[in-house]
Amino acid sequence: MNKLNEKFKTLKENGEKAFVAYIMGGDGGMERLKTDILFLQESGADIIEIGVPFSDPVADGPVIQEAGLRALEKGTSISLILETLNEIKGDVRVPLILMTYINPVLQYGIEKFAQNSERAQIAGCIFPDLPLEEESLVKEALSKTDIAVIRLASLTSPEERLKGLAEDSEGFIYAVTVKGVTGERAELDAAELEAKISELKTYTTTPVLAGFGISTPSLAKKVLPFCDGVIVGSKIVSAFHHNKREEVNELIKGIKGLALTAK
Amino acid sequence: MTMTSYKMPDQNGKYGVFGGKFVPETLMNAITELEQAYNTIASKDGFQEEFQSLLKNYVGRETPLYFAKRLSEKTGGAKIYLKREDLNHTGAHKINNTLGQALLAKRMGKNKVVAETGAGQHGVATATVCALLDMEAVIFMGEEDIQRQKLNVYRMELLGARVVSVTQGSRTLKDAVNEALRYWVTNIDDTHYIMGSVLGPHPFPQIVRDFQSVIGKETKEQFYTVENKLPDYVVACIGGGSNAMGMFYPFIENEDVSLIGVEAAGKGIQTGFHAASLTKGKKGILHGAYMYLLQSEDGQIQEAHSISAGLDYPGVGPEHSYLMEEGRVEYTSVTDEEALSAFHLLTRAEGIIPALESSHAIAHAVKLAAELPSDSSIVICLSGRGDKDVDTIRKAAEGRTDHE
Repeated sequence: MNKLNEKFKTLKENGEKAFVAYIMGGDGGMERLKTDILFLQESGADIIEIGVPFSDPVADGPVIQEAGLRALEKGTSISLILETLNEIKGDVRVPLILMTYINPVLQYGIEKFAQNSERAQIAGCIFPDLPLEEESLVKEALSKTDIAVIRLASLTSPEERLKGLAEDSEGFIYAVTVKGVTGERAELDAAELEAKISELKTYTTTPVLAGFGISTPSLAKKVLPFCDGVIVGSKIVSAFHHNKREEVNELIKGIKGLALTAK
Repeated sequence: MTMTSYKMPDQNGKYGVFGGKFVPETLMNAITELEQAYNTIASKDGFQEEFQSLLKNYVGRETPLYFAKRLSEKTGGAKIYLKREDLNHTGAHKINNTLGQALLAKRMGKNKVVAETGAGQHGVATATVCALLDMEAVIFMGEEDIQRQKLNVYRMELLGARVVSVTQGSRTLKDAVNEALRYWVTNIDDTHYIMGSVLGPHPFPQIVRDFQSVIGKETKEQFYTVENKLPDYVVACIGGGSNAMGMFYPFIENEDVSLIGVEAAGKGIQTGFHAASLTKGKKGILHGAYMYLLQSEDGQIQEAHSISAGLDYPGVGPEHSYLMEEGRVEYTSVTDEEALSAFHLLTRAEGIIPALESSHAIAHAVKLAAELPSDSSIVICLSGRGDKDVDTIRKAAEGRTDHE
């Protein structure tokens, strides 16, 4: 059974919602990637999403863009990230997922990417610039592994698209909470999001997680009643970069505490 | 290969393996709507009437096909003709596309547009049609390009557009496209993206090609009227590739006509400081399309270098990528230095100051013409006028360049 499916099964049994922590692979170097993953695991993150830096990240806001540039300056590549994850797989108990724009994967080689991701025990992949129409590019190679291809749903996705991406969905569906790019926001329109996620949930039993713009327990509290978990990125990337690790710990504890009461 | 019934792109927006729609889900609905709107609105009589009437009375089409007698004599060999896109309103071919897309956006009920610009020509052409059609325009432009094209920035502002300086990445055209795409994602409900070249996700490369193909259509008829045949060679410069695609498209099935695209070799193709994506790049995905790109081993996009800001883009549109692999179009490159010589050559020989972009096409065409017999013919797409470049030319003459 895929590690993500196992994780969601356990969470459901315990009446918990998922906390997914996003970090930028290679921001601060490869050693920090290892320590950050283990720190997040200790702090109670259910799933850890590792970003692969790309020179032109059109779905990302300034915090993740800058983290990506820092990582690239340190010489980060898919190859290095997969090697590093492979080295620490014995210590990692939570499912790891990769989030990468498609071009670095294409240049690395899709078959090789699938094989080495499987070796590093990656549970799922998110390709932010690979909509359903183009998914076949990676599907064949990844279907030979146990790695889930995690799809994104948007507030702008009409009924037909939601149905299409719900069908055969794997791992979880990443519901983008805002029309916009990644980054912290003071507010979000929970009503519009609730309608979208509720509709999506009529088409599939695959868990739906909300991400983009969620940075505080109060924002998480607004969305957790109608989704299966949240993904927090920019806030964590920024806290790690400024060496405010305790803030990350508090954030996870804060949101997990909410999640437990949101059953 | 034979291209007697050329029909690209296919229903998935692909040109062979190239093209496609590699964009975030948030943009997919807008792109699908655009495709539907384009397929239903653009062919309708009402749209075409308005578009054709504005092309004629506002843009000033058709543009002349001019026999450059003195240039031909100086060069020796083939007869050289110039398709005078520099005589369009705003001074370049860009307005053929911005006018078409703005009219389309308006009919889709979108009254705001966003665009990227490199040299500023596409930005000016966008700001111009937005003034004409009473639409709001936001233009993203790299900080570096703002520095080297100040006059165009001011023109855009005079026309009522908001110009946003892009300070991310290399601060040039590529980063302006990134920011324009991010802005579009954020303002998707009421905003249309006017893509400036044959780039981006389907249907943009097709829409831009179709609106620009007026260049090739006119050229074909005009040349036939004078010479009673088709030209032997057609030459155009390539940044993203819109003037070339508009020029080449109507000739694709006429296989006796050799089509040549000229990329910017910058300081030299071996130096690493160039913008020759087809000559030196590798296939990859950027800004929504699979195409040839300048990139590292790891798939990180590299900076392009050219003395001409309009060619300073690290990729070439998917249809050009396809036409190269199929062998229908030949792609070559010329250096900054060669383009500068061609700039001076045309200016003195014909009293026409060409854009530095177009000077790349001229440079290759005169090399080619010298080797050809006198009964052969070359048409150059003179994509824009050079007024915007005089400052760069002056600096180059003084031994400085904008790169330094």
